[in-house]
Amino acid sequence: MEKPFAITLDVGSSRANKTGSWRTERAVYVDRLPPCNHACPAGENIQRWLYEAEEGGEGYERAWRQIMEDNPFPAIMGRVCYHPCETACNRAQLDEAVGINSVERFLGDAGIERAWRAERDAAPSGKRVLVVGAGPSGLSAAYFLARLGHTVTIREAGPMTGGMMRFGIPKYRLPREVLDAEVQRILDLGVELELNSKVTNAVDALEEGGFDAAFLAVGAHIGKRAYLPAGSAAHVLDAVSMLHDMEEGEKPLLGRRVAIYGGGDTAMDAARTAKRLGADEAVVVYRRTRDRMPAHDVEVTEAEEEGVLLRWLSTIKRADEDKLVLERMELDETGFPQPTGELEELEADALVLALGQECDLSLVEDVADIEVDDGVVSVGANLMTGHPGVFAGGDMVPAERSVTVAIGHGKKAARHIDAWLREATYEPPPKHELADFETLNTWYYSDAPRTHRPRLDVVRRQSTFEEVVQGLDVSNALFEARRCMSCGSCFSCDNCYGVCPDNAVLKLGEPGERYAIDYDFCKGCGLCVAECPSGAIEMVPERI
Amino acid sequence: MVEQRIKHYQTGTFVVGNRLLDPEQRSIQARMERSNTLTSGHRACQGCGEALGARYTLDAAMRATGGKLIAANATGCLEVFSTPFPESSWQLPWIHSLFGNAPAVATGVAAALKVKGRDDIRVVGQAGDGGTVDIGFACLSGMFERGDDVLFVCYDNEAYMNTGVQRSGATPPAARTANTKPVGDEPGNVFGQGKNVPLIAMAHEIPYVATATVAEPRDLEAKVERAMEFRGPRYIHVFVPCPLGWGSASRDTIRLARLVKETGLFPVFEAEHGGVVAVSKIRRRVPVTDYLKLQRRYAHLFGESPRTDVIERLQAGADRNIERFGLLATEDEGATLPGVATDLAGESVDEPLRPVDTEAESNLMRLLSETHGSPR
Repeated sequence: MEKPFAITLDVGSSRANKTGSWRTERAVYVDRLPPCNHACPAGENIQRWLYEAEEGGEGYERAWRQIMEDNPFPAIMGRVCYHPCETACNRAQLDEAVGINSVERFLGDAGIERAWRAERDAAPSGKRVLVVGAGPSGLSAAYFLARLGHTVTIREAGPMTGGMMRFGIPKYRLPREVLDAEVQRILDLGVELELNSKVTNAVDALEEGGFDAAFLAVGAHIGKRAYLPAGSAAHVLDAVSMLHDMEEGEKPLLGRRVAIYGGGDTAMDAARTAKRLGADEAVVVYRRTRDRMPAHDVEVTEAEEEGVLLRWLSTIKRADEDKLVLERMELDETGFPQPTGELEELEADALVLALGQECDLSLVEDVADIEVDDGVVSVGANLMTGHPGVFAGGDMVPAERSVTVAIGHGKKAARHIDAWLREATYEPPPKHELADFETLNTWYYSDAPRTHRPRLDVVRRQSTFEEVVQGLDVSNALFEARRCMSCGSCFSCDNCYGVCPDNAVLKLGEPGERYAIDYDFCKGCGLCVAECPSGAIEMVPERI
Repeated sequence: MVEQRIKHYQTGTFVVGNRLLDPEQRSIQARMERSNTLTSGHRACQGCGEALGARYTLDAAMRATGGKLIAANATGCLEVFSTPFPESSWQLPWIHSLFGNAPAVATGVAAALKVKGRDDIRVVGQAGDGGTVDIGFACLSGMFERGDDVLFVCYDNEAYMNTGVQRSGATPPAARTANTKPVGDEPGNVFGQGKNVPLIAMAHEIPYVATATVAEPRDLEAKVERAMEFRGPRYIHVFVPCPLGWGSASRDTIRLARLVKETGLFPVFEAEHGGVVAVSKIRRRVPVTDYLKLQRRYAHLFGESPRTDVIERLQAGADRNIERFGLLATEDEGATLPGVATDLAGESVDEPLRPVDTEAESNLMRLLSETHGSPR
């Protein structure tokens, strides 16, 4: 083409000029590990299910299914989990932690209400696995093993499922309909359940039953006794039996004034149950101070609200028919309580001992290659005991004892058992770097104070076993889910796409399909990294 | 379960997109089909605020006019980095003027369109602060005064960056440039000089004047769309940080634009026919030092013997803006932005449509239609 005067070149687009060559650092999309996921003993992908729930509507079922990938008990967890996720939540540094537990409960209840079901993912493997104990750990293992295609039989020594979820956690924290519904969903996967079927020798049961592997999860159902001089007429019982009797047999008779000895969650449950059974006074006696109590703060606070009295820095020296002799303690420099010799009396018709629990490990006593140390069974990193094919988890192995930890053990054991049955090794995926608060740009999050769940009126809490903490409704559950800052994970906010001065961020499609960096033009300014709300992009030096 | 109204959008409208909002409520910059009027391969520095500001503004104007848009561009960084011969980064009809006559060239383009009977095609004039505040000022004032149908946009990076960071009439007090003294009793630019062109534009009583920053693209887009609802001269002044000229990190461009508004140093507002009609409230007020410390052009105020007296004068300027423009939100107002979807679904997410004012035709335009006959 003939060009105008003094024009020698055709007009071209600046896209011929690959400004990516200016770069000394490049922006790279990353997934960082959200602190909630990091803290979850059951290994839930909390950020991910909140992301689904944020959409509301159809998103709720996707969120529920995401939870079910890691935990078969969303409705139970939403009630009884002590939610270490919320303690770790980055939003606590901005205003208040996201109410993860309350959203989980909302989703769990929706799952029960709408009868969402779990499905088997794998074809039948032809392998049979024995699970001993129908508590949280055993049920969790059964659920995951069934989904992986294995045939599962649960043997439970007691007459009902649930283990400590039924016999340790009072109704006012976990209504039994909720427990039954979530257990039934697992049994509906085709898991066989044998109640009143105590296993006396794990290896014999494995071999005689023709099982390919076994998972032992018998729980800690024996209350620890302490030596305590007691008069012949003194009424002393242990908290585990007392809570057990609430479910089975006759309700315990405690009298008007009840003392509870111990400072853990079980002590609080026992005291609150005593109140509901009609005790005028329920006094928790603990040898240290409140801040040193092993009980979770929420339990202690709720107990206090219900009128439970707390007696710090006291040990019980002696129990008589209607009174206890207490000795005042003092904390020494190391924080350990030391006796002072000062004695006082406390009127009490009954004394409930909540001094910890032990496991009945008789089923492994006669197995030579299974080692028991300090009341718990030794297991490897894959939760296998010394006997090949016999795995163990929950309260009977060395770990923190909570329902959530037990569920996590069930899942972990199922994966290792599955691998073992296939003569393989399960390699957990590598963990991402933690998404610290410092990696976030919190300017972009709307100001939104937390929605707290309503709680039952105190008067009704003192006299009935109705559930204390109520659920969220649709609107505030969605609000709460959307308070999630999605730490370390892209949530399709388009900021990177919008703020790039060089149009070097490409949008791959609809929300959720993420973005790509066009390194032909990325100059490495770092704006996308600085303005990413959730810290899901980082700068990496170029090799020059 | 009964579905209820959603009350909260996680990030609201602070982010560019937000998947939780309806597609129509997402910003233009969030769209895959945005015009990208200023495309890749331009030679702006890393983290250039002006490149961002120009794309935000022109993409919004392209959308508002259905792609029928012509831009006249003064000499300056924006022109130099976008059009080294024979390449062009512009994906719209674009004409390069002299440094000082962009408003007049834009007027001429508008007049030519008028002659051709194409009043469906709209015209944008654009320049940096030098081309607007100083060199092009007479042409700009004339364009305002004649009532020409042009949206003029100033991308303000507070100095002549293209020629090596010299002071302009928009350079703030105390800022160091190549020709404001870096040392001595009164380092940096002097106090009490310079001019505020948005207020001068308002004094012309033109239909629409607005200020904006690159930290809030939704706000900027809403203002461009609003400006396109008017005929006659309109003016938008966009605050665009310059990493090179200010000595700031390239990643801090948007942060600085955010802070300049949050300190009160740069009031973000809208005015129609000479009166302020809306003000962007400060969301999280911060002292001016938060903004100043990120820039080496203010480094002489800090260091071993900090110039607290100078910092106090700058703070006093910010405080005066806050008072003068009412930049602090009252308890119930919250810090919402004009033209932006709110966080509460109970309220309307779109601003109610305001009546469209069509300015009386300018004398030049009337003359043209008389001499060239009525179009179409």
